[in-house]
Amino acid sequence: MNENSLLEMRGIYKSFPGVKALQNVDLTLREGEIMALMGENGAGKSTLIKVLTGVHVKDSGDIFIKGHKDAVQIRSPQEAQQVGISTVYQEISLCPNLSVAENIFIGRGEGRMVNWKNINQRTKTLLDSLGIAVDPTRQLGSCSIAVQQMVAIARAVDMECSVLILDEPTSSLDESETEKLFGLMRDLKARGVGMIFVTHFLDQVYEVCDRITVLRDGQLVGEYDIAEMPRVQLVSKMLGKEVDDMADIKNDSPSFSAKDSTPLYEAKALCSNQGIKPFDFHLRKGEVNGFTGLLGSGRSECVRAIFGADKVTGGTVRMEGKEVNINKPIDAMKNGIAYLPEDRKRDGIIGDLSVRENIILALQVKKGFFKPFSRAEAEKFADEYIKLLDIKTASTNTPIKSLSGGNQQKVILGRWLLTHPKYLILDEPTRGIDVGTKVDIQKLVLKLASEGMSVTFISSETDEMLRTCSRLLVMRDRRLVGELTGDQLTQNTIMNTIAGGESNGG
Amino acid sequence: MSAPKTTGGFANRIKRMTDTNLLMSITIIVFILMYLCAVLFLREGFLKPQTLFNIMNANAALIILSCGMTLVMITGGIDISVGGVTALVSMCCAVYLDYHGGNVVVSMLIALGIGLAFGLVQGFLVAYLEIQPFIVTLAGMFFARGMTTIVNTNPFNVVNQSFVDLKETRITIPFLGSVNKKGVYVNAYIEIGVVVALLVVAVLFFTLKWTKTGRNFYAVGGNRQSALMLGINVKKTVFLSHLICGLLAGVGGFVYFMHVGSGSASHASGAEMNAIASSIIGGTMLTGGVGNIIGTLFGAMSLALIQNIVSSVGLDQAWWTGITIAGMLCLFLVIQSVIIAQRRKTGSKE
Amino acid sequence: MAAKPTTQDSFLSRLLHNQILIPLAALLLLAVFNLIADPSFFKISLGHNSNGDPVLSGYLITIIDYGSELAILAIGMTLVTAASGGQDISVGATIAISGSVLLRVLCGTDTRPEVLHSPIIVAFLVSLLAAMLCGAFNGALVAFFKIQPMVATLILFTAGRSIAAWVNNNELPMITEARFSYFGGYIPGIPIPTPFFIAILVFIATWALLKFTNLGLYVQSVGINEKTARLNGLNPEIIKLGTYVLLGVCVAVAGLIKVSRLSTINYSVIAKDIEMDAILAVALGGNALSGGKFNMSTSVLGAYVIQFLTTTLYKFDVQSDALSAYKAVVVIILVVISAPTVREKTSAFFRKLRTPDGAAKRG
Repeated sequence: MNENSLLEMRGIYKSFPGVKALQNVDLTLREGEIMALMGENGAGKSTLIKVLTGVHVKDSGDIFIKGHKDAVQIRSPQEAQQVGISTVYQEISLCPNLSVAENIFIGRGEGRMVNWKNINQRTKTLLDSLGIAVDPTRQLGSCSIAVQQMVAIARAVDMECSVLILDEPTSSLDESETEKLFGLMRDLKARGVGMIFVTHFLDQVYEVCDRITVLRDGQLVGEYDIAEMPRVQLVSKMLGKEVDDMADIKNDSPSFSAKDSTPLYEAKALCSNQGIKPFDFHLRKGEVNGFTGLLGSGRSECVRAIFGADKVTGGTVRMEGKEVNINKPIDAMKNGIAYLPEDRKRDGIIGDLSVRENIILALQVKKGFFKPFSRAEAEKFADEYIKLLDIKTASTNTPIKSLSGGNQQKVILGRWLLTHPKYLILDEPTRGIDVGTKVDIQKLVLKLASEGMSVTFISSETDEMLRTCSRLLVMRDRRLVGELTGDQLTQNTIMNTIAGGESNGG
Repeated sequence: MSAPKTTGGFANRIKRMTDTNLLMSITIIVFILMYLCAVLFLREGFLKPQTLFNIMNANAALIILSCGMTLVMITGGIDISVGGVTALVSMCCAVYLDYHGGNVVVSMLIALGIGLAFGLVQGFLVAYLEIQPFIVTLAGMFFARGMTTIVNTNPFNVVNQSFVDLKETRITIPFLGSVNKKGVYVNAYIEIGVVVALLVVAVLFFTLKWTKTGRNFYAVGGNRQSALMLGINVKKTVFLSHLICGLLAGVGGFVYFMHVGSGSASHASGAEMNAIASSIIGGTMLTGGVGNIIGTLFGAMSLALIQNIVSSVGLDQAWWTGITIAGMLCLFLVIQSVIIAQRRKTGSKE
Repeated sequence: MAAKPTTQDSFLSRLLHNQILIPLAALLLLAVFNLIADPSFFKISLGHNSNGDPVLSGYLITIIDYGSELAILAIGMTLVTAASGGQDISVGATIAISGSVLLRVLCGTDTRPEVLHSPIIVAFLVSLLAAMLCGAFNGALVAFFKIQPMVATLILFTAGRSIAAWVNNNELPMITEARFSYFGGYIPGIPIPTPFFIAILVFIATWALLKFTNLGLYVQSVGINEKTARLNGLNPEIIKLGTYVLLGVCVAVAGLIKVSRLSTINYSVIAKDIEMDAILAVALGGNALSGGKFNMSTSVLGAYVIQFLTTTLYKFDVQSDALSAYKAVVVIILVVISAPTVREKTSAFFRKLRTPDGAAKRG
């Protein structure tokens, strides 16, 4: 172990049934530095964090911590805390019904009694020393999220942690709150605490971090000093594409020309309660477009607003020139919009129901309560789409939850195709499924478009989007920052626009 | 984003209160207002301190049961077996004292044993086997009621002398007596049960406020996942809450038995409902994490007071009690969910 | 992801996973027990009642007679359980309310009317409305205020019987009209008790409802994954509310039978503890009490099995008030067996038994 490193992880392996989540991953954290842990979906960031905090137990590899001679074993959150590793999660893991002071002191310390005066006093001293302005006796739930986040950090600091993990702490903070959090982080850095900072916001990485560790597909891509790593390079590392190689990949994406027709769908200043900035958007018949941006940039929130999945708080929507109201999913469905959600398990499947029932669900709801399909009709629909999409299932009666991820995805795709939508929204339809299926889905999208369907396609993999979309809308920090068409559709421009802050960005 | 400046304003004070204290304050204010109304409009009786003491005498058991219920509800569960346990305790003690010529101290131990047994089994099923508390304690309630009948079918009065002596013991309160119709000064008194109830309230209040175990109940009820992350043994805490609630059901059962002095399968019918209502009116949230024993004391007293008022104005038909309690419960449930939703909304905006 | 059952444990898992097997096994167990204890349990004899009409009698007839209200309630309870993941414990009290309303409309202010004040069908419709309102009240608390179903229904559970007494001013109206007693007794000339026919009718109606509307699909979707259901255009709140209203319909029918049996009402005793039996029927029918997929027929079968158990206990001179203790034990055994943690542990135990080194140890 190096002289000035706080934490070293060497050759960490972790696998789950069917997935190799981490393969031979190393990580080094030095005293008083902020290390950004970056990677797209499925890169293994969260698994690595969970291994470190004792939520998951690693399969093999060693973890060294300063002050411990041998490799330490971390089997539970408590053990992680004992060796000085504390974590602040995106979702506050404190009790909102207790006071600030209590949240800092509960579950630790000797004795059976609570000395309120003492803990309030100590909390006050602690919070003052960290520059957090909040009354220790105040109920935590009545404080803003940022303050709650900082109280969680204060707890970690008070437990004399040497390693502090910040797992997307800024995703629900606004700019001034984030600034305040960064102030606190710099303060801790000066005290020699090592921090691992997980975030999707590139600007923030460049603002506070010293070094970056990039993971991709469960493997270590590399450790870099922030000064030696331009943004575009970082994005390319995360996405796994070399900037220079990409520049000359020929753009064979379909060009789309029908500029004069009325848009099929048109939104003005649309926004929802999920914190996206109002955006304008239109789509023509037979056009395939995409929303791109890093995870958490607001690309999913945009399409959820279009479908009425989140509460729409403003904006006007026109379908084929007519103004329509889309407040609930059923409104969107009636207008011929279909939406394949990002989180298949949570929002897509109805686990215990059969493949057949899952396929007919949307069309059935659209058709109405009193007009159920007969069993024969339902079987016919199910068979049709099982064949069309090549879904591997024992029968139409099999519960969907026993299918593989890719096949579940196809069932949901079948569900929406069955409604014969005019406008199909696909949010990460290729996530977590095998390569063959990915290609199938891309081909299908292009085929549907050539038949006149409009499609919005979202994917973390840029080349998929380049292959399918004729127009890309780029999101950064929940804001629409650019629109790329024609010659602009290259990996390079996309990455520059995503990264922002550089000359040719949006 | 920083703590608002304390300019003193009333609205601001309310805003800065914890949920627990806010809901408790509402209850105490409601209780005082109701009592004032009773004094103003139903003058006779309510001016005498003895009226208040009588309400306490009659409801000492309810206060104890509600305390146990509050504890379970703070932890995020519910226990509807307490009424059944009360009936079972009364019947077992009655049978033991009269048919077997038992000793009063042993009968107390029997009461505690029964309560403890229910607490142990229900706590284990809820905490370690992770079965819904409602189902477990619903079964517990039916089991206790059925067992009561199995122990003895017919209701009867206990005549055991030492028990009757205990039952008739009255603790006089100096200076608060009143002059009766014949012009004789009568001392104000309370029964032993009230002392027990107040003792339970005091001990639990202390436990919940100043011990780590007590605070763990709040943490577990506030957010189970977080409590686990903060290093609290969640299962043990849940188990303990049911255990104490069961034990208090035993104590409450004996206090109830001391007040009525008889055993019957229909004793304490609906007591679980009254206990839940007392807790909720006293500011305990069904969702867990919010609640206070003092609030529960006032909740139980409000409930008893409203029954007293209902019968004073001549609505003495039995059904009014059920309807008023359900009405009050419904009202407070809705008030709670509205107030808390409102506070969350403004809290997050801040 | 879910492991496919290997051939080795497929028999056991198929056995455990077939829903109808649980109530059938329980039924068989009870039948065998009775056969050994006293075969006369199964005797059915044809006799005549006081009006000289032919009636069948025997324990089995009692079961299909008294099990019928329970079966009707189990139908509604299954829907409520599937959609909201909780149970309605106020059904006994709402039966009292709807029964009381029924009598009030039939008798007016007269407690012993010579002639009925209104036709039975009108009275029934009014009581149906009352029961549906109670259901809507429960459903609204559950769906819109997000109160746990059992706590929300606790309100009517306590107040219900008081409200029922209040509807009739705490008087006990008595119906002398013979036609009214048909619903809970016998129709002249037919020796099989009417409640059984009513139960079959309700069952067919439900079957038709499930067949000719999307009720089943919607309820299960909401119960299994509310988020997905919403994204597919369903309104989970309305659907939950709807199941509680449907349970109200079942309650009204059960109330009619209950009141008709006695031609009068006893507010504190009518349909006492029936909520427990109804919940038990749903659980015994193999339906998860936490909601989701449901099977209506197994619940109905479960209801008759419960009545079988009740009748058996009665036959062995167990008092009606003591019944609940035995049933509580059955409930606890059922929920403990079906608790996920227990299932995990037992399946791990069985797996261990089957592994080679486990076998070696035993060998």
